Amino acid sequence: MPYEFRGDIAHADIAFNAWNETLEGLFKDAAEATIKVMVENVPAVRPTETVEIALDQTNEEMLLFDFLNELIFYKDARRLILLPTKITFGRSEAGCELKATLQGEEINTERHRMNTDVKAVTMLRFSLTQVQEGWRATVVLDV
Amino acid sequence: MTLPSALKKISDTIWELPVSYKEGMLVPARIFATDKLIKEMDAGVFEQVSNVATLPGIQRYAYCMPDGHWGYGFPIGGVAAMDPGTGVISPGGIGFDINCGMRLVLTNLTADQVKPKLHQLVDRLFARIPTGVGCHGFVKLSQSEFGSVVEQGSRWCLKNGFATQDDLDMTEEGGCFPGADAASISDKAVERGYNQLGTLGSGNHYCEIQVVQPENVWDKELASAFGLNIPNQVVIMFHCGSRGFGHQVATDYLKLFLSVMERKYGIKLVDRELSCAPFHSPEGQAYFSAMKCAVNMAFANRQVILHRIREVFSEVFHSSPDDLGMRMVYDVAHNTAKLEKHATNGHKKEFLIHRKGSTRAFGPGAPGLPECYEKTGQPVIIGGSMETGSYLLAGMPSGADAFYTTAHGSGRTMSRHQAKKNFRGDKLQRDMEQRGIYVRTDSFGGLAEEAGAAYKNIDEVVEATEMAGLSKRVARLIPIGNIKG
Repeated sequence: MPYEFRGDIAHADIAFNAWNETLEGLFKDAAEATIKVMVENVPAVRPTETVEIALDQTNEEMLLFDFLNELIFYKDARRLILLPTKITFGRSEAGCELKATLQGEEINTERHRMNTDVKAVTMLRFSLTQVQEGWRATVVLDV
Repeated sequence: MTLPSALKKISDTIWELPVSYKEGMLVPARIFATDKLIKEMDAGVFEQVSNVATLPGIQRYAYCMPDGHWGYGFPIGGVAAMDPGTGVISPGGIGFDINCGMRLVLTNLTADQVKPKLHQLVDRLFARIPTGVGCHGFVKLSQSEFGSVVEQGSRWCLKNGFATQDDLDMTEEGGCFPGADAASISDKAVERGYNQLGTLGSGNHYCEIQVVQPENVWDKELASAFGLNIPNQVVIMFHCGSRGFGHQVATDYLKLFLSVMERKYGIKLVDRELSCAPFHSPEGQAYFSAMKCAVNMAFANRQVILHRIREVFSEVFHSSPDDLGMRMVYDVAHNTAKLEKHATNGHKKEFLIHRKGSTRAFGPGAPGLPECYEKTGQPVIIGGSMETGSYLLAGMPSGADAFYTTAHGSGRTMSRHQAKKNFRGDKLQRDMEQRGIYVRTDSFGGLAEEAGAAYKNIDEVVEATEMAGLSKRVARLIPIGNIKG
């Protein structure tokens, strides 16, 4: 579980750090942390629905911001709890792009132990940085 | 915590950080708190309220209310008045949950009449008002019809049988901010929110059945004017906002402002969450319009929920909502920006007032109040924790210095992360039932996060608002039933 929730930088909101050797791994960890805020038993989410997304941004940090917001969007718009199974990165005219396959299922309160709704990714202390060991992110979610 | 050394005590309830506290501060920052509450403020309050003081066009002071705590951008409890001509509008001064707000509804029932049917009432409310993560509502709308909802707010509800004219009269701004143009909102915001009308959500959102015990009435005259006339009268309070629609509006414009703030307008800020645009810029005006759409969605959302609450009470007590006296006391918004005229140097001047986790609290005689509250001042509904109770307050004439604004709740003292470590939701539910509070929830984890001990003492918070002349205590409201997302 290369992410850790933090109680010391947000009170009403939920903060976490994520770290991974690869950018793809970091995005997957941050996605799982975000979903974990909403669903206690993440492994109970079955991969019955597939959604493909493509995002384009000026840098990797804003790409992570958009990527996590996509997960939050599908939770409201289609009641889908989605996790990434495959993420690829490339360069684009704007800066960088991402293509991801998201899999999951509709919220099922019989099987999913629901936690707290995530409203948005905030810019409070939001960061994605490349470090010697790979990548590291800090995210504060509005709940 | 250790208070900043630059913090100066101005009076028993006002603390000030001077402009020298942080580079770029344009005005001092003022925090309303007693000696005890200021010591309980987390470090984020001082950091964030002083950041707010750097926003272009800010007037007088950057304020924080007694329930203030760490937020994003503004602290929760933050207030900033901008000169609309030279100042900015910032989504971080409003929050993602635009027009998250409170509504208080009367009944003519007493606790003795309600308690035998409490489980039935709470169970039905829980079944009929969608709660929890990603919940969809019972009002089925097309995406184009949703455009009418966000432009018209509670007026749409009146046209479609979910409201009475009296409900609209008892809602801030009549339940509709004028000037909301659906052209300013994204398809994504519509797609995210059009299925969520009439839903409570989760987190600190709830619907609560409360009792006004005679010993908890602080001001009998005001209480009577607000409709609290019966010993142990039962009232219903609920708290929710603009749901995914408002969250998406805020996210869309946060990103837009980040892309233009420095490049186009040369504004450099210490915190990206305060991203902003000049109020009169195309981006600033587009956000102001989109924010109004989200404000209206929230008014409509609370109105549709009220319709459901009335249905449930009507079914359980076999009486019409009118016969049960189910009249609104008021509906107040927490997270908004509004153009308001306030007296300054002997004349009225227009300000763009950002309120984030704080409540408008107009004093007696303020324009815009319903006729029945002209002499009393505006009812202010303060939601406490589900364990400890809530308050009904009234705006005061002395609230002018803070642009007639007061607190919005208890204010957290413990992080959600820590609260989940300290409390167990299922045990909390059982303990509360033993104490006479029947709670239904979608999430024991979410319930643990809302434990009473995670919040400041609400009695101290509202006392501080009264000592500071921001709002006056009318009655304390004790919970007996609660549904949570």
